[in-house]
Amino acid sequence: MKGSLIIVGFFTLGVLCGVFQWIPSYWLSGDLSFYALCALMFSVGLSIGHDPQTVQRFRTLNPRLALLPLCTILGTLSAAALVSLLFSQRSITDCMAVGSGFGYYSLSSIFITEYKGAELGTVALLSNIAREIITLLGAPLLVRWFGRLAPITSGGATTMDTTLPIITRTAGQDLVIVSLFHGFVVDFSVPFLVTFFCSI
Amino acid sequence: MFTVIGIMFLGIGLGYLLRHRNLPGIQRGITLLIWLLLFLLGIEVGQNEQVIRSLPTLGLEALAIAVACVLGSCLLAWLLWKQVNRRKEEDQ
Repeated sequence: MKGSLIIVGFFTLGVLCGVFQWIPSYWLSGDLSFYALCALMFSVGLSIGHDPQTVQRFRTLNPRLALLPLCTILGTLSAAALVSLLFSQRSITDCMAVGSGFGYYSLSSIFITEYKGAELGTVALLSNIAREIITLLGAPLLVRWFGRLAPITSGGATTMDTTLPIITRTAGQDLVIVSLFHGFVVDFSVPFLVTFFCSI
Repeated sequence: MFTVIGIMFLGIGLGYLLRHRNLPGIQRGITLLIWLLLFLLGIEVGQNEQVIRSLPTLGLEALAIAVACVLGSCLLAWLLWKQVNRRKEEDQ
């Protein structure tokens, strides 16, 4: 709990710094966050390789876990269809197109802006950023409520990079291969599903 | 994206080679890097004027869709998790 609060704190501080421009923008014009992500992934790799039980845990992994991407896609799309009933101004396919971003906000918002205009594009951007943030901040709670697969399914298309470290933390290192596979499949499905729901 | 995953596998390989040595401070380092990345993501969101300006109106809608999608997929993942664990118990 304390860990999540600290994470929320850092995120909020970042938002404030961005809004009030407390940090000169040349600081960010470099690829600082990319290098930080690389350093993070390297450290996560180190801790996985260093753990003698990891290889053994991979062997006992259930092959049925390969069905997880399907759960993510079906669960997301049906929930998006349901929630569209709340918004009279949005069609079912609009909401499903937004949901098909699966947290991959850059790609999905660009696609949707292109096909459906800037307003729905902005909704897609915000919604998919929100999905990534919910996963990063809520992972411990999701594990407690829905079991160890929850942060992976919640992370959607981002589970092989940005949300992977938090997943290995909260869901356990033995699920790292599930997370990579899941991220790969869901990520691959984003352009197809978004285009599909924008065009029907 | 593949660079990032490649770097992780490099880490796994090195970690495996060093498995008989202590690697102090790794968990600490991971925590610090997670904080840094969240901070940077915050800056990116805060600097995007389009996002900040449309937060009050479109933000609510976007949040509703995001929460629904997370819950929908968690529900199915929970069913899968129960299924997988039931199998495991039967095997044992």
